[in-house]
Amino acid sequence: MRRPFWISLALITAAYLLFWFALIAATAGYSTPQAWMQTLMKPEIRYATLLSLVTCSIAAAAALLVAVPIGYLMARREFRGKALLDAALDIPIVLPPMVVGICLLIFFQTSLGQAIERIVPFTYTIAGVVLAQFVVAAAFAIRTMRGTFDHLSPRPEQVALTLGATEFQSLWHVALPAARRGMLAAFCISWARSLGEFGPILVFAGATRMKTEVLPTTVWLELSVGNLDSAVAVSLTMIGVAVLVLLAVRATGERV
Amino acid sequence: MISLEAITWKAPSGAFGLQQISLCIPDNTYAVLMGSTGCGKTTLLEILCGLRTPQSGRILLDDRDVTHLQPRERGIGYVPQDLALFPAKLVRDQILFAPLMRGWKDGEEILNDLANELGISHLLDRLPDALSGGEKQRVALARALAARPRVLLLDEPLSALDEGTRNTAMELLRTLQVRHSLTVLHVTHSPAEAAVLGQMQLRLIDGKVLPLGQ
Repeated sequence: MRRPFWISLALITAAYLLFWFALIAATAGYSTPQAWMQTLMKPEIRYATLLSLVTCSIAAAAALLVAVPIGYLMARREFRGKALLDAALDIPIVLPPMVVGICLLIFFQTSLGQAIERIVPFTYTIAGVVLAQFVVAAAFAIRTMRGTFDHLSPRPEQVALTLGATEFQSLWHVALPAARRGMLAAFCISWARSLGEFGPILVFAGATRMKTEVLPTTVWLELSVGNLDSAVAVSLTMIGVAVLVLLAVRATGERV
Repeated sequence: MISLEAITWKAPSGAFGLQQISLCIPDNTYAVLMGSTGCGKTTLLEILCGLRTPQSGRILLDDRDVTHLQPRERGIGYVPQDLALFPAKLVRDQILFAPLMRGWKDGEEILNDLANELGISHLLDRLPDALSGGEKQRVALARALAARPRVLLLDEPLSALDEGTRNTAMELLRTLQVRHSLTVLHVTHSPAEAAVLGQMQLRLIDGKVLPLGQ
């Protein structure tokens, strides 16, 4: 009686995976390796690749810096309004990407935003690319770090307090070394998320060639002029990077 | 000396609590606390450590009111039931942790003395995952003693050990208590442990601490 049930579930899983593999295989089969290499050697694509690597790394590092304290707070303390705060932290995940971009654009039109812009210009700049990537990536990093600290027993940190550590020292010397795999996973997840970010970057930082163009922007720009070969080549590069990140996260023992 | 005066604590859920607990354990005494599972023994140790705040009452250690002091200011060594070794640190760094946090210059001397005393010199460069249950227990004791506490709180420290190791460990605990002039509060479920180690035997029943047999 039980066997047909599990077989049908396995068939659904296989059909779903097959669909995905078919999508990737069709994309890969569209372009030749020569055309792929030719596209990747174009100056504007090389610029977009380099800018993507740099901005994603900065955004992921900044996301981790924010995620560690917030994740630790959410995992270790009980306080009034915690459920509300928990839901609020997930807002960037559920917001439509374009809306995030518009929110950023509008914020930097306010007097506070204008004051910040006078110190560091964000709108339609590379700093804006990083900020747009950070806003969404941080939410994923926070979720990962919270899960990591939830799975670590607080007992060693409590013992550290009795041994002479302050709460900060207990976090720094005991919790963080124990959470290093989770931190690596949070960095990789934020990095991958930043790499795929398009909507907020388009709205807030623009899509100017050799200025604020990152890889997803390249795909869009190439498609908009009917250059499907280049769009496919860049997409395949992004698929390759995404698979590498997935493998790196799995190696840490965490899940995306 | 450990002295509790009318300590009251209620779980946030209201499921259980400690009511007006008063007890006095004289200096250099090995006290054993027994009680059924979930009666609040661990909570009582955590209150003594400063990891939980009582709703009312006072805690005095060597006549010093420590009720509102941080855990690090109380001079207490704590060995929890799961031993709670730092997962990413070598045995050497576990024992050096307290001297490092307190800025003591003689950390290496403390490390070597305790490693020799507890017979763990050969384990100093291992991670906790590479230790047996008995070895972990010795490392946890060494780590607690490295802070030079006057009071040592042990939460079922022998529960995970086999019969042979447990007898050796009981001898070790008794020796350490005398050698380091410690006042010990040892929580256990085992009447045998209580009989061998306890100079003072207590029982926690219905949120109150009573002398054993009462």
